[in-house]
Amino acid sequence: MSEFEAVIGLEVHVQVKTRSKMFTRAATGYGLPENTLTDPVVLALPGTLPVMNRAAIDAVIKSGLMLGCEIAPVCKWDRKNYFYPDLPKNYQITQYDQPICKGGSVEIELPGPARNVMGEHKHIPLTRIHLEEDVGKLNHFARDSLIDFNRAGTPLMEIVSEPAMHTADEAFAFLTALRTAMIYGAISDCDMEKGQLRCDANISVRPAGEAVLGTKVELKNLNSISFVRDGVAQEIARQLAIVRSGGRIEQETRDFDGQTGASQVLRSKEQAHDYRYFPDPDLMPVKVDDEWKRRIRASCPELPFEKQRRLFDRYHIPYTITSVLVPDPELSDYFEKAAASSGQPQAAGNWVVNDLLRELGQAKLPLGECKVRPEDLADLVKLVASGTILTPAAKEVFSEMFKSGEKPEGIVERKGLKAGTSPDDLERWCREAIAGDPRAAAEFRAGKESAINAFKGPVMRAAKGKANPKTVDETLRRLLAQG
Amino acid sequence: MESETFYGSIAGLAARLDGRKLSAVELAQCLIRRTKAVDPAVRAFNSFDEADALAQARASDERRAAGKPLGPLDGIPIGIKDVIAVEGQPLTASSRMLAGFVSPYDSTAARKLREAGAICWGRLNLDEFAMGSSTENSAFGATRNPWDLERVPGGSSGGSAAALAAGEACAALGSDTGGSIRMPAAFCGVVGLKPTYGLVSRYGLIAFASSLDQIGPFARTVEDAAMVLNAIAGHDPHDSTSFRVEIPDYRSEIRKRSGPWKLGIPKEYFGEGLDPEIGAAVEAAIRFYRERGCEIKEVSLPHTRYGIGAYYIIATAECSSNLARYDGIRYGHRSKDATDALDLYFRSRAEGFGAEVKRRIILGTYVLSSGYHDAYYLRAQKVRTLIRRDFLNAYLEVDALLTPISPVLPFKAGEKAADPLAMYLCDIYTIGVNLAGLPGISLPCGFSKSGLPIGLQLIGQPYKEAELLAIASAYECAHDWHTRHPDMDKSIAAWNAKTQARASR
Amino acid sequence: MDEGKQMSGSARLDIDHVAKLARIALTAEEKAQFSEQLGDILAHVAQLKEVDVTGVEPTAHAFPVFNVWADDIPQPALPVEAALRNAPAQRDNMIVVPKVVE
Repeated sequence: MSEFEAVIGLEVHVQVKTRSKMFTRAATGYGLPENTLTDPVVLALPGTLPVMNRAAIDAVIKSGLMLGCEIAPVCKWDRKNYFYPDLPKNYQITQYDQPICKGGSVEIELPGPARNVMGEHKHIPLTRIHLEEDVGKLNHFARDSLIDFNRAGTPLMEIVSEPAMHTADEAFAFLTALRTAMIYGAISDCDMEKGQLRCDANISVRPAGEAVLGTKVELKNLNSISFVRDGVAQEIARQLAIVRSGGRIEQETRDFDGQTGASQVLRSKEQAHDYRYFPDPDLMPVKVDDEWKRRIRASCPELPFEKQRRLFDRYHIPYTITSVLVPDPELSDYFEKAAASSGQPQAAGNWVVNDLLRELGQAKLPLGECKVRPEDLADLVKLVASGTILTPAAKEVFSEMFKSGEKPEGIVERKGLKAGTSPDDLERWCREAIAGDPRAAAEFRAGKESAINAFKGPVMRAAKGKANPKTVDETLRRLLAQG
Repeated sequence: MESETFYGSIAGLAARLDGRKLSAVELAQCLIRRTKAVDPAVRAFNSFDEADALAQARASDERRAAGKPLGPLDGIPIGIKDVIAVEGQPLTASSRMLAGFVSPYDSTAARKLREAGAICWGRLNLDEFAMGSSTENSAFGATRNPWDLERVPGGSSGGSAAALAAGEACAALGSDTGGSIRMPAAFCGVVGLKPTYGLVSRYGLIAFASSLDQIGPFARTVEDAAMVLNAIAGHDPHDSTSFRVEIPDYRSEIRKRSGPWKLGIPKEYFGEGLDPEIGAAVEAAIRFYRERGCEIKEVSLPHTRYGIGAYYIIATAECSSNLARYDGIRYGHRSKDATDALDLYFRSRAEGFGAEVKRRIILGTYVLSSGYHDAYYLRAQKVRTLIRRDFLNAYLEVDALLTPISPVLPFKAGEKAADPLAMYLCDIYTIGVNLAGLPGISLPCGFSKSGLPIGLQLIGQPYKEAELLAIASAYECAHDWHTRHPDMDKSIAAWNAKTQARASR
Repeated sequence: MDEGKQMSGSARLDIDHVAKLARIALTAEEKAQFSEQLGDILAHVAQLKEVDVTGVEPTAHAFPVFNVWADDIPQPALPVEAALRNAPAQRDNMIVVPKVVE
């Protein structure tokens, strides 16, 4: 591909998680019986008027601040006029030339050389972010279509990237990073299956080093983050094949089919809409002052990659663990509590990403319903670190904690899982072991270090695995030295 | 005398209701009898739910009898222009597009009237979707001027004005986008008020031009108009363009204020094209105010001549977008012949809308379309700023402006129907007020030699309705135009004679 | 935004194109009649070209105010029956439309 480069821009729609709709107070929701989330405004009945949802504006300002955007001091609402059965007013209220956020960027992480090695980080610049309202849902049948307006009017944030990505991997990384940031900010749950995050891609190719953009193709219906990567990759390949054979790219909109991996023309340029934008006379403009911004900034969370870096810098948590913790803010909060409480961050990290996640997965339980409190996991970690119990015993304790929520100390007591034995017992088992293998004893005394291992097996067996290996080793050496 | 009731003022009727000299049901029945007698000729009503009206009247009497707290308009029937939503009642905009549509929700204005105890009284005819100046554009048939049934009552709120003039309602709500309250009020010899933009909620008013529309009262007297205004005015959280202003008791404000005032006479409103009889009547009114001690000052609103152009660009642009929702999908007329969803839009809208509505949608779509937006829409909004500035500059020197309302007397039905532009030019004295968002009131100030009503317009400062009403009241108290009513028996007899003569030709 | 086109004194708007944008099927007679009538109106409107609008802001709202909004508190929805009461065609609590051809 070295003689050409692909240029990709993404247009992402994120449904803002408010309780009521963008321009009316009918409730938002998903999966509810059809047309139960409507009111006269949603249905665009004669005489109805829009009223802005304040929480939606707060959410987009927060998103803008999180992503380093410039928040417009004043912004307004415009009508985008077109006819479609899922658009009740046959115009959509949106922001055309005065969006609430401009600029900004999304930090992305590309795949590394191996799965457990962190890849390159980059910043993908954004063009703008604005708010608009979502449309209803059309269900198609053989001879007709049915319309459900439950989704109509839900607040939608449109995030437009600069045409600054060049590979399908970058597009994938962008969406993943954006999604995690939105979850961190409690802006949206970004569940693509529920339509809470949608993505269209604009793709073009040009000779490498060329500044002017090639003809762009819009790719729609990219219903999952994987489909975005696949669709983008497929479209790049399609365009390269055309230009390499001397052909011309047509400006068109294409529909991606995730099952077949192919795309088809949806609309050619000639059928482009004339949206006749004009400022919506029913809505007043929004003025964002410094005090408002300051208040929202105070509620902004630490960003995902900032956390990743901090966990590494402060706790030396390796990428294998942070790559699992960071995308899930609830999980990483859990981890941090356990880490702080136990004073053993790396061990806590291991327990969280291995044992805890495995148990949660098997039980199909969300973290919020887990019976193991982070403080209790921390206690378990401390018990192992102090040598009070050994790792195999700790696994057993954890299983029990997960089932019952009981504290680790109680389980250890109850099941008698304490590591170590009485010093007298240990003394006796070591003497017996040494006595039982005089040849090894002689070899050790003669200088063969590894001979000591011959005694460890019998001692551990006698101790039923509860002896502390370090103490066993020390005791054996002392006795062997005595002759 | 029945006519004392069906031509009674709200203030007078309220006193009789309070004094138990009249019950709400008796009042309602009197108006119903009157309506049945004259409306076949006048055609003010699109529909009238008699059972519902009487039930509301009974409820008012029951409240009164039980000693419950009463609203200031308790038991008073107020007609509703068929563009203002009343829950459970038809909402047709006098259009085939909405024939059969029943509103599942209340407009804020109707709700507030009910809270004041008033009876929402039938559905009054209008030019389809409030687009017109004669009520001839109604899909359900034209309303006629009670003073001369061969002539138009004005528009678009022709039904509201005619109902009052014919004694079919005590008061009425209309809507005014370019003169649709003030002009029919003048044509029918009643009082009509367009409030400052933002004073009365537009929630539940079928939108024509969002930045120009206002709901306002028709009444027999300025005091009555003040009472209705008090009931419907005030900030509404459902309407983002409604303003937070303190609403005074307009009636008592009128009594407190007696001037003298400084009145401006915009010279551009008295030029060529103004019917001389109208000019004379308005000049007489000017003389009255001068004799009353008011300073009369000639002012200039230099951008007046651009008003029609700016208005017809802005209003049609907004309406082309506001009427996009009428597509036969979720409600309204749906064509039976459509082959697919796209075809459904084209056919339903072609079948549902009348010619004037189609014309305005086409014009509005054009002025917003790609390549034309800046030259038309954007420029018109800038000219609008200049028009508004003209008024605000004038108000640095005067309290209010006095002008004619219409350049022509009530014209004959059909006279202007073929020439839309000629019809539009009738709005020349009223549209500036909408473009500037100011309050304007129309009150009767005389009659032509042929017995047709003439109205004068007072234009006030933003949110200063109290002052405006006081200035209007001062004129009204010294004249009796508002006590004159058409002789409906004579009008109907003349009408019947002419109709029979035409039929037998 | 767009530039370029000026108000034309003898404007003939492309009525086919505009009627299509507005989704109204006009008869040939209507197209002819409206073209002429709207031509007259546009000729009158062209007067606006004379006005010097240098430095003049377009009126956005008659008396502008900022930040008019409501708190995010959901209100009861319209019951489905009321929502669909005026629907020309419905099935399974949804509005039916003829096939949408993309």
